[in-house]
Amino acid sequence: MALGSHAAFIVAAYLITAIVVLGLTVWVIVDRRAQARALADLDARGVRRRSEPARARTA
Amino acid sequence: MMPLAALFLRDIRLAVRIGGGAVMGVLFFLIVVTLVPLAVGPDLALLQRIGPAILWLGALLASLLALDHLFAADYADGSLDVILTARAPLELAVLAKAAAHWLTTGLPLVIAAPVLGLMLNIEPKAMAAVTLTLLAGTPALTLIGAVGAALSVALRRGGLLLPVLVLPLTIPVLIFGVAAANAAIVGPTPFGTPFTILCALSLASLAIGPFAAAAALRHGLE
Amino acid sequence: MALIDLANPTRFLNLANRCLPWLAGLTAVLFAAGLYQTWFVAPDDYQQGATVKIMYIHVPSAWLGMFGWTLMSIAALGTLVWRHPLADVAAKTAAPIGAAFAFLCLVTGSLWGRPMWGTYWVWDARLTSVLVLFLMYLGMMTLWRTVEDPSRAGRAAAVLTLVGAINLPIIKFSVDWWNTLHQPASVFRVGGPAIDRSILLPLIVMVLAFTLLFVTLHLAAMRNEIMRRRVRTLRLQQAGAGAGG
Repeated sequence: MALGSHAAFIVAAYLITAIVVLGLTVWVIVDRRAQARALADLDARGVRRRSEPARARTA
Repeated sequence: MMPLAALFLRDIRLAVRIGGGAVMGVLFFLIVVTLVPLAVGPDLALLQRIGPAILWLGALLASLLALDHLFAADYADGSLDVILTARAPLELAVLAKAAAHWLTTGLPLVIAAPVLGLMLNIEPKAMAAVTLTLLAGTPALTLIGAVGAALSVALRRGGLLLPVLVLPLTIPVLIFGVAAANAAIVGPTPFGTPFTILCALSLASLAIGPFAAAAALRHGLE
Repeated sequence: MALIDLANPTRFLNLANRCLPWLAGLTAVLFAAGLYQTWFVAPDDYQQGATVKIMYIHVPSAWLGMFGWTLMSIAALGTLVWRHPLADVAAKTAAPIGAAFAFLCLVTGSLWGRPMWGTYWVWDARLTSVLVLFLMYLGMMTLWRTVEDPSRAGRAAAVLTLVGAINLPIIKFSVDWWNTLHQPASVFRVGGPAIDRSILLPLIVMVLAFTLLFVTLHLAAMRNEIMRRRVRTLRLQQAGAGAGG
């Protein structure tokens, strides 16, 4: 897989794509942790949704 | 029809009296057109070439910035609620307001364009073409902008949000407006092709704009 | 399971929790296959050489940029017409992901353009249309960011999304027209009229992989957004209880 004279451009394109996709993934995961923590925090303080009196969240 | 006529006349009266924004748009237009030669240099040949584009950009910005208050003032003093609950369809009320707005801010821009064109060294024949394209295109700008104005009332946010949301939608009008003006000056395409499309864009925004703006107001204020 | 069953956010969360690992796994497998194909199997283009490899990420990104707005438009109908409670969650979370792929399309396009055209950016019709699409995504994200109340932002965003959906083909048409006016000869076309099978197959795999990636990210982001709204509701409830008691 010789990339020829334009190797830098090809590698840069794949690298930027990888960075952006990774960034989106990290954003989703970090956001999920933050929301789960906030929910657990509220849960611990006894603030619950009426529909879920005893929360057994796997999240 | 009476309530709509009353609304139309009221908006015109509000725009031309003290505190109204009728003259402001033209003044802004004048300043933008003055700034361009200061930025690109006083080369008359260059200004003549890019003149139609400058006039179109100036008119686009002036008509959009003036739109910020199309519904905001009515929302602030509560008359928007009266319009919303009135028996006349909201779409037609939006249309009446947009028409009044165009007459008080869009039309002055069209009238001012030939005068400003003199400063940019645009020939009379070309000037007629630019004025004609502005006459055909500014209603589309007002109607597209009305959607943005309705959104900014629904969101209770003004300022830069309106142009950020609306400017991308005005790209076709800008392209065909400037293209028609340039076609009349340098060719090679005939004036008719882009001008007809420009008119079609105005008609399309006439058909879509009031409905979208009314939907934004209804959903935003319920 | 009908769409109406998913109106219950808890049921949707359960479904998302069950689907996401599978989706993520399938995405990874497809990407492995697609990347292997593009890097070790697919031949170089006789004109463009190895730079044709950029196409395998450029074309899927362009597709997902448009896919994102289509998804938002369907969600906008869901908000305005059917009042589906998850529709504006779907619309809100699709915007940043769609914007990311429109951005990737622009970046890979200009990285592809540099060896082909000799410059990073040309006002090529396709690139310009995607640029406008990207700007509209950014406008949409600003709209979501400026308004605190999600349901009000949702309805305004829905109206704007639909106006944008009507406008996008017109913008595409006018930019194409403008482009032929200023640049009579097109510099190059993606693939040309007949794409060879040796290139088409990896491209299809990559498009599928990217689409699954979008769906996975979107589902995960929707799950986060539902949780964020729960946190918001609970906090408001708590604040209300505190003020009331």
